[in-house]
Amino acid sequence: MRIMSRLVGLLAGAALLAHAVPVAAQAEYPARPITLIVPFAAGGPTDIVARIVADHMSKTLGQQLVIENVVGAGGTTASTRAMRATNDGYTIIMGHMGTHAASVALYPKLAYHPSKDFETIGLAAGTPILIVARKDFPAKDLKDFVSYVKANADKMNMAHAGVGSVSFTTCLLLNSLMGVKPTAIPFQGTGPALNALVGGQVDYMCDQIVNLVPQIKAGNIKAYAIGTPERNPALPDVPTSKEAGLPAFHAVAWNALFAPKGTPKPVLDKLTAALDKALDDEATRKRLFDLGSDIPGKDRRGQEALSKLVTSEIDKWSPIIKASGITQ
Amino acid sequence: MLELLNNLVFGLGVAITPMNLMLCLIGALVGTLIGVLPGIGPVATIAMLLPITYGLPPVGALIMLAGIYYGAMYGGSTTAILVNIPGESASVVTTLDGFAMAQQGRAGPALAIAAIGSFFAGCVATVVIAAAAAPLTSIALLFGPAEYFSLMVLGLIFAVVLAKGSVLKAISMILFGLVLSMIGSDLETGAGRMNFNIPELADGIGFVVIAMGVFGFAEVLRNLEQSHNRDIVNAKITGLMPTRADLIQAAPAIGRGTVLGSVLGILPGGGSIIAAFAAYTLEKKLAKDPSRFGRGAIEGVAAPETANNAASQTSFIPLLTLGIPPNAVMALMVGAMTIHGIVPGPQVMTKQPDLFWGMIASMWIGNLMLVIINLPLVGVWVRLLRVPYRHLYPMILIFCCIGVYSVNNAPADVYMTAAFALVGYWLVKHDFEPAPMLLGFVLGPLMEENLRRAMLIGRGDATVFLTRPISGTLLTIAAILLLLSVLPTLRKKRDEVFVE
Repeated sequence: MRIMSRLVGLLAGAALLAHAVPVAAQAEYPARPITLIVPFAAGGPTDIVARIVADHMSKTLGQQLVIENVVGAGGTTASTRAMRATNDGYTIIMGHMGTHAASVALYPKLAYHPSKDFETIGLAAGTPILIVARKDFPAKDLKDFVSYVKANADKMNMAHAGVGSVSFTTCLLLNSLMGVKPTAIPFQGTGPALNALVGGQVDYMCDQIVNLVPQIKAGNIKAYAIGTPERNPALPDVPTSKEAGLPAFHAVAWNALFAPKGTPKPVLDKLTAALDKALDDEATRKRLFDLGSDIPGKDRRGQEALSKLVTSEIDKWSPIIKASGITQ
Repeated sequence: MLELLNNLVFGLGVAITPMNLMLCLIGALVGTLIGVLPGIGPVATIAMLLPITYGLPPVGALIMLAGIYYGAMYGGSTTAILVNIPGESASVVTTLDGFAMAQQGRAGPALAIAAIGSFFAGCVATVVIAAAAAPLTSIALLFGPAEYFSLMVLGLIFAVVLAKGSVLKAISMILFGLVLSMIGSDLETGAGRMNFNIPELADGIGFVVIAMGVFGFAEVLRNLEQSHNRDIVNAKITGLMPTRADLIQAAPAIGRGTVLGSVLGILPGGGSIIAAFAAYTLEKKLAKDPSRFGRGAIEGVAAPETANNAASQTSFIPLLTLGIPPNAVMALMVGAMTIHGIVPGPQVMTKQPDLFWGMIASMWIGNLMLVIINLPLVGVWVRLLRVPYRHLYPMILIFCCIGVYSVNNAPADVYMTAAFALVGYWLVKHDFEPAPMLLGFVLGPLMEENLRRAMLIGRGDATVFLTRPISGTLLTIAAILLLLSVLPTLRKKRDEVFVE
């Protein structure tokens, strides 16, 4: 593949020389399909957000955004690859809370730095995090939940989807707020973890709303709070963490577009504008809302807002992860 | 009963619109064609083809995806039989007798019996899903970490029985597989294990990498040294379809495979692979002359193929009733559903009955399509074997490389496959069989994870494996199987089973 793209590059270069129009390409961006790297498997929450947003961006840009799923090492394999890609705007990445914030503390030998090695394009859509427990968990609300977990800390089994996953880091936040260290039961991905929660083999977990709505509605699990400032239309009965008395539990698995460092500003601006347009499109918004997504308002969009978010998120997660003693 | 019939008729009504029939046919055809490329199993196929379903209405899209899934599953078996390359873990067993049959010029009957067995299993499993999806789901939920661990122990004991040569070598291959599966990150702490700080090894080695290396590449290497022994090309191809005697021989195996597959398929994780191994083991144990196995016994193809198809179908049960994907393919299906605005979950059955029953009916139609597509294709595939080796081998290597690369889009995987080719070549030269190794490799992580989960939940109390009824039963069966092969009085009989 690498050889292929080099060959294509060489051919393209030769063609440009032959026609002696070396600068024309820049003005016509995008002149060919754009690769959008998704650091997780097809079908997962980040992939779905990427595909929905990319669908509308392709229309605006007049070129297809081709999704390439590169999995591995909590999304850092993909991010490393994106960092090393040619910074011409034809390779961008849908980074998220893990790859572009929590990774700094989780992986001491990380090959990239989220804010130093990437240009920001903009925040796409986030997936709110919920605190959920098995259906027969003996607590009627979040306050009850917290006191019960505190009183029975040595008996509690908390499930998570693997070290470094969103469900893992957000549960670290929850546990540090409650001041408990329950037994953490690791699973390979959200599906098996949720299965164990529905089966009553574990007590509680934190996870992204997309996966949970049907289980909560069916009464297979209990939801205690959602980590966003407002309630979610998909689950209007679930209180926010602020309403439920744990305001510091603010957790949204955000997804955002990044480009390799040094990507030309005009190119970035085109991508930012296309993303902005997609997030304003009624049909796109409806698809995202149906998933329970958190769509950023105007003030949280754009390149600068994302740069600030990345910095603040790194500051937020690093101490929590370091305190837990887990690094890879 | 009447309700069930009504539901199925309603589902058929949804699935048999010309549009949906067409989508089902296209799905099965495309799935078969792509699945036939070595290394590109169902997961990679669906991941690649997922975007082409976005423009379709949801029911149609899911019907097409289900078609792709069956097609790719079947395609994986085709390469297992023709060129000894398992397309996915469940078809590892098929290589044992399927490839042996191909070498004897009986690739046609092997492919045909796989299609026929799969169709039968598909029909039965469809009815099982329609009739018993809800109660079966509650059984799957009874399986906690302790139960899964015990099931995996049982699975590994099956793997010993699979071996046709020395038992000691089989056990050492299983252990080798287990060790390979431990490369990567520790589940609990995330710390690297045996990965020598090589980032490419951080998530462990992929199944496709090992399977392509030790089966595909090594097979090519082994054949290169035998310039005159071109058995596949020269062997007289004796008929494309199974004979009456073949069918009579395979029929009971198909029946038993269907039952085993349907039951084990509902268990998330290793369901379909354990089903295939269990079905093969059962046939070998029941056979009058077990030594035929591994040398082209038609039951050795029929049983695992039937079982893995039944299992791949009943593995839809947790997805359809609970909305929780039990494996990677189902996770892709969930992705596809959510993109179409359907949130899979317990409500799908009541809120979108057209989708639920339409999909179930389309499973049956998809299986029918597979038979219709594949029986005529048998001739084409068999003719492929007549391509001279000097053309066939470079093609196999190239397609393997494409397949390996496409799984993770990672060049390092291709290099690792080449390294495993050398390992595989060495193993074959020294009469070690790669199949038990692959089983150890696939079941290893599941066994380790569930062992550790069970111990964590039990706070270090190892008796949980015996005190939980299902787990205890599974371990007892495993112990009995082991005892049967160790007891000195039975030694003679066992030797007949294991040694050629």
